[in-house]
Amino acid sequence: MSSHAHPKPAPLEIRFWTPGVLVLFAVMLIGVCFIIARYIGGLAVVTNLDNQHPWGLWIGIDVATGVALAAGGFTTAAIAHVFGRHQYEAVTRPALLTATLGYTFVAIGLAIDVGRSWAMPKPLLFWQGNSVLFEVAMCVVVYLHVLYIEFIPIAVERFRGRVNLPGPFSILNDRVERLLALADSILGKTMWVFIIAGVVLSCMHQSGLGSLMLIAPTKLHPLWYTPILPLLFLTSAIAAGYPMVVFETTVATASFKRVDEMEVLAPLTGVTKYLLGIYITLKIGDMIFRETYVYLFDGSIESRSFIVEMLAMIVPWFMLMSPRLRAKRHTLFVACTTVVLGIALNRCNVFLIGFNPPYAVKSYFPSISEIAITACLLCSITFFYRLAVTYLPVLSAPSLASIEKESS
Amino acid sequence: MNISRRHFLGVAGGMISSAAAGNCKKVFAARQPKAPPNPYGCVVDLTACVGCRTCEQACNRVNHLPPPKERLDDRTVLDQKRRPSTGAFTVINSYYSGRLDEQNQLVPTYVKVQCMHCQDPACASACITGALSKKDNGAVHYDKSKCVGCRYCLVACPFQIPAYEYFDPLTPRVRKCTFCYERISMGGKPGCAAACPMEAITFGNRQILLEGTRRKITANPVRYLNKIYGESEVGGTSWMYISKDPFEKLGFLSLPHYPMPHLTETIQHSIFAYMWAPITLFAILTGAMWKINPEQINHAPGFQAQEDHI
Repeated sequence: MSSHAHPKPAPLEIRFWTPGVLVLFAVMLIGVCFIIARYIGGLAVVTNLDNQHPWGLWIGIDVATGVALAAGGFTTAAIAHVFGRHQYEAVTRPALLTATLGYTFVAIGLAIDVGRSWAMPKPLLFWQGNSVLFEVAMCVVVYLHVLYIEFIPIAVERFRGRVNLPGPFSILNDRVERLLALADSILGKTMWVFIIAGVVLSCMHQSGLGSLMLIAPTKLHPLWYTPILPLLFLTSAIAAGYPMVVFETTVATASFKRVDEMEVLAPLTGVTKYLLGIYITLKIGDMIFRETYVYLFDGSIESRSFIVEMLAMIVPWFMLMSPRLRAKRHTLFVACTTVVLGIALNRCNVFLIGFNPPYAVKSYFPSISEIAITACLLCSITFFYRLAVTYLPVLSAPSLASIEKESS
Repeated sequence: MNISRRHFLGVAGGMISSAAAGNCKKVFAARQPKAPPNPYGCVVDLTACVGCRTCEQACNRVNHLPPPKERLDDRTVLDQKRRPSTGAFTVINSYYSGRLDEQNQLVPTYVKVQCMHCQDPACASACITGALSKKDNGAVHYDKSKCVGCRYCLVACPFQIPAYEYFDPLTPRVRKCTFCYERISMGGKPGCAAACPMEAITFGNRQILLEGTRRKITANPVRYLNKIYGESEVGGTSWMYISKDPFEKLGFLSLPHYPMPHLTETIQHSIFAYMWAPITLFAILTGAMWKINPEQINHAPGFQAQEDHI
């Protein structure tokens, strides 16, 4: 479709089980044990949640941070497909994969967190338009479907013309082929609708997540409670999109021994300095306007956490302003990873650290089992990412070995 | 003919723009407070309460709650600053405001805590399915058949009342004072109000109660502070309190006097009225794609496109 010289995405065809993957798998199994415990003994046996702290680590990390960091999917789709910057197409598929896995595990994390997991579909029946959570849930449900639809062409590309089901299922080969051809022809004409819908839905629920806490003005610390919280969530998610792509692409290319894609990643983060700039300006402007800087140096855990969060945005912002630092793989990776961690801290600040109910007698700290389940979900995302790039055409960076062979 | 055409366009344009302006007004107007017109209410007279815990016993009985750990007539628990829980929808705590009696002893003030049954409740606005709702008789009612268990109501409640059955793996409920919904629907009083031997809890029509309470305060300026807690806190609550001691010394929170859902619902309904914001964004992005990257609309990436590329 495009004329750039970047190679086509292809399955990696590497050995799947390595010692690292076995470690991932072990963490996943441990987490599954705790998930089973949650469904036997209730949330009380695995979490430190109480009536004053109804939302904990799973909402802060698995849901809020997960959604924010899946923003790479819609931001790369926007730049490559809507704004036609074809040079970035190399990263749209891995970003789409991360977003799809990210949202899938947001849904799984939520299912574990809500008390009546089996009642998860009820908001589809009982609409409550006043509820911010209802809006977020609807957007996430629809967006998850959009993500899977956007993913179909990747599966079609891999399997069309070579469907070969095992044993007795082989009689279905023809039908599956026809189904793939049908999907391809329909999606070829309609994919633009899904791409734009994905961007719109993302903007809606990223900001919606920020509105969630606005219903509790007496509980959220004034450093974070602001009427523009939805705007801050939206702008920070957009700003975090490309740094997250840099983070995951660098980790993936390093671990799969591929070319580092710097010629795509360095220019991609060029726009990040503006996006981060918008967010930081809004954030500091809001602080000055609401005069919340009085809390900045009061030495409380909230003030320190706020300062760390701001530094994790401002330091990489300055780093990304320097074309020299952006062109170097290590400094770019450090800057982008700092942004990713800063966004994660911001979401945890809003949902956990800044949340101080007046009647609480003790503060919340996640239990070992809550941490184990969160680790299980993060490892699962990594595990399925590896599985997907091994067997599906997602990554396009050539392997270092093939480059060396060519040059020698 | 040509004036009429021009005239028609002018009139039509005026009509469209005024309709649009009207809609915009509706879209961007700040949220109006909601409250049932004629709810029941309760006024707790803190100067009358002696901390006997009879109300707790009555609540336990009429709501069929599990037997409590401490005996319901054990008065030592009053100093523990308890909160309502899954097993007790109302609790009494004692506070010492610093007031002394004739023998120079600190005088305790007993404060009954239960769901305040806000006029415009945050929990009901937050609830993802509408499992929590404000009824016309004033009760904030919980319907477990709609509940998903997201606990956003616990996050939203400014009084930190709802309690959650964390120990139940599959069917946990949100538990809180029901305002004895069935009893008051049939013309009765809430269990606690009916049981109070000191008649510290007055039940009745909220508006009439408010008027009577104001007269009572005016008639007894020494006995009562000139304040009804709950008259306007968070937009008004169905349960209200009068006291001799300042409320902030009795564990009451200083809360805003507007309904808690004001900001979230104003934002939500401004953005999502007629879905104008998502539709506009969709249109802008489609226009951008059409202009900048038209081949995306004509040939999407996928198998065919990849084949062309090969």
